[in-house]
Amino acid sequence: MPTLNDLKPGQSAEILSIGGAPALVQRLYEFGLFEGETVEFLTTAPLGDPIEIRAGNTRLSLRKAEAAGVQVQPK
Amino acid sequence: MTAKPFIVALVGNPNAGKSTLFNALSGLRQHVGNYPGVTVELKKGSTTIGGRPVELIDLPGTYSLAARSPDEMVAVDLLLGRCPEEPRPDVILAIVDASNLERHLYLTTQLMELGTPVVLAVNMVDVAKKQGIAVDVEKLSQSAGLPVVAIQANTGAGLDKLKAALAEAAGQKSPTLAVLPPVIHTEADALHQTYNGDLPPFLARRLLLDVGGYAEKWLTEKHGPSLKATLDSARQRLIDAGHPIPAAEAKARYGWIRQVAATAVTKPSVRAVTATDKLDKVLTHKVWGTLIFLAVMFFVFQAIFVAADVPMGWIDDATGWVAGGVESAMSAGPLRSLLADGVVKGVGGVIKFLPQILFLFGFIAVLEDCGYMARAAFLMDKVMSRCGLNGKSFIPLLSSVACAIPGIMATRVIENRRDRFATILVAPLMSCSARLPVYSLLIAAFLTKDRPFWLPGLMLFAMYLIGFVVAPLVALLLKRTLLRGDTPVFVMELPQYKRPSLRLIVRRMIEAGWAFVRRAGTIILASMVLIWALLYFPHTDAAGQKYEDRIAEVSEQAEKAAVEEEKEKLEQQANEIRGEWKRNSLLGQAGLAMEPAFRPLGWDWQIGVAVLASFPAREVIVGTLSILYDEGDADDEKQERLQNKIASRWADDPVRSKYGVPVALSVMVFFALCCQCASTLAVIRRETRSWWWPAFTFVYMTALAYVAALVVFQVGRVIVDALG
Repeated sequence: MPTLNDLKPGQSAEILSIGGAPALVQRLYEFGLFEGETVEFLTTAPLGDPIEIRAGNTRLSLRKAEAAGVQVQPK
Repeated sequence: MTAKPFIVALVGNPNAGKSTLFNALSGLRQHVGNYPGVTVELKKGSTTIGGRPVELIDLPGTYSLAARSPDEMVAVDLLLGRCPEEPRPDVILAIVDASNLERHLYLTTQLMELGTPVVLAVNMVDVAKKQGIAVDVEKLSQSAGLPVVAIQANTGAGLDKLKAALAEAAGQKSPTLAVLPPVIHTEADALHQTYNGDLPPFLARRLLLDVGGYAEKWLTEKHGPSLKATLDSARQRLIDAGHPIPAAEAKARYGWIRQVAATAVTKPSVRAVTATDKLDKVLTHKVWGTLIFLAVMFFVFQAIFVAADVPMGWIDDATGWVAGGVESAMSAGPLRSLLADGVVKGVGGVIKFLPQILFLFGFIAVLEDCGYMARAAFLMDKVMSRCGLNGKSFIPLLSSVACAIPGIMATRVIENRRDRFATILVAPLMSCSARLPVYSLLIAAFLTKDRPFWLPGLMLFAMYLIGFVVAPLVALLLKRTLLRGDTPVFVMELPQYKRPSLRLIVRRMIEAGWAFVRRAGTIILASMVLIWALLYFPHTDAAGQKYEDRIAEVSEQAEKAAVEEEKEKLEQQANEIRGEWKRNSLLGQAGLAMEPAFRPLGWDWQIGVAVLASFPAREVIVGTLSILYDEGDADDEKQERLQNKIASRWADDPVRSKYGVPVALSVMVFFALCCQCASTLAVIRRETRSWWWPAFTFVYMTALAYVAALVVFQVGRVIVDALG
């Protein structure tokens, strides 16, 4: 199953599930990232980690290890 | 008519414009409140509404009331009236960003469960309008069931309406919002019954919903493992009922928010491309983003290093001028010396750091307020993660190359306490500008003459490299030992770019400068006076004659001397008396007694005493060495003479003549790694709210410096012997 890390810059996807440490999962939910929501992959930092994503008008930076827990369905 | 003041707590997401609103409401009537055991500062301000006094409390920006650390818990405790020092607020002022309303309302729904009236301020309506987003505050007020006011905190628009709404809400009864599924309330009620003494209903819900959260940790300590079993089975029942946490909470809140927003917010069907979208394409770009980042860092760094040098020079001059004035106005004696050398130079030594602090905080305020700071952390996160830190530690550590004091103060942007402390503890390892005079003196004396032209530059670079290499290693070690803990969440918001507010920047600079002078200044001054006393007493020689009188006598003769040669000879004699005085002082005697400890490093007792004397402020070593080698106080002209003097003195000595280079390197490495700066320790004390951390920093850095200097000298000696 593809995760957030597998998306290309500019590509959008629907979130299927979120896994990881409880604090991480709760924080992502608080930012409005949950099942059924759309996220856009914006870019990867120059050194290869972290990544930048957008959900609505919120832009977030996530480490790849954290993004690996977010399974998505690319659009 | 004097009425009892009512208390308003200001709460909002980071970047909602909270500080701007707080400043706009309270003006200059602000002060900082501290709480024992936590490192957050709560700002308090006051204002009047219709003649009624109002107290404002500015809580740290947060996305949610699901507290995970003691620092985050302070806000929750305060809102619930559980802080013994603070009465419960009468009104909560929730500030949200109109252009990202739904996400900001998440926190508002939690605030509406506290049972305190909430007034909603919808900020940045102008920015939202540009993006085609319109918020109808009246409809929002009706559907959400709370007073709503549209404001622009930066221009002050809507503030009068907001104040009126606050006054009206104060003292009213407020029904609590119930958006969570009933089963959650039932389970939380059961917990509330079980732990009645500790838990108001709101915290019972947090205990249930926040897996591994602060409420859970705190109550587990208190009630032991039985709590975990109770919680586990309650959470399992939620899963069985089809409401697994934490998803259930978020879905319930966002479900309500979307219903409320549907009637009140109109958005374009296709999201408009914003200025932030365009800027981020460049500023987080692999090539352009990196280049711009390097350019910004270079500019900031250069400004701290070079531009701050000018006012620092003025402060030095002014200190010298005042000290000179004191000396000429008073007769020789302990009081004159205390005032001129202890107090005036001590105060000067404190104020000297102000320009760098103001410059750095000015830049940090600009970078933070415009939204670039988060991008810098994004770009550098990978590098910092290698040593167990995160991107937000980068700027504090880089600033420490100019001076560790502003660097340590800049760690306030790091929310995670362990990461913040690790950054604070390694910041003094970065080679600061005060080490530069030591390096340049010793490099000029031993590694310049008859050596390849590139060697001095390379040596200087190597000294800076020590900090760049050792600091991350120590950070990694700390994160694996003393500061070990769960990996914190690094999900970081990259806020929308905006024009920085000049008022906010100036305010930040003043706050940082004042905090330094007032709180660190006293400790620095005290240590300066202590070292002065240790170098001053005893001030009579074996014959009972005062050194000051002897120096004055010889200096007078020197002034009268007609022949230049005679004059120089007498001046030299005065310098020798100064040297004798320092040797016989308490600190000098201590240095002589400690010579066996210095010997393995290749040092003579003069170097040892100079190093001891430079513990409050490392730049003191140049002056002290100068006195100990009978050259009098060092100034620019004398710097070269001091270099020659050290070189010639060492040439007369069996150890240092042969091993001059290893000795010089050993001293430099010691200075590179040692925490010889009372100001830094005072700031660590202030920022960590504990004496333990500055004591730890001092001990580990001194031990590290000693061992490294020992290794450098001993290895250097072996190499010299092998070559020789």
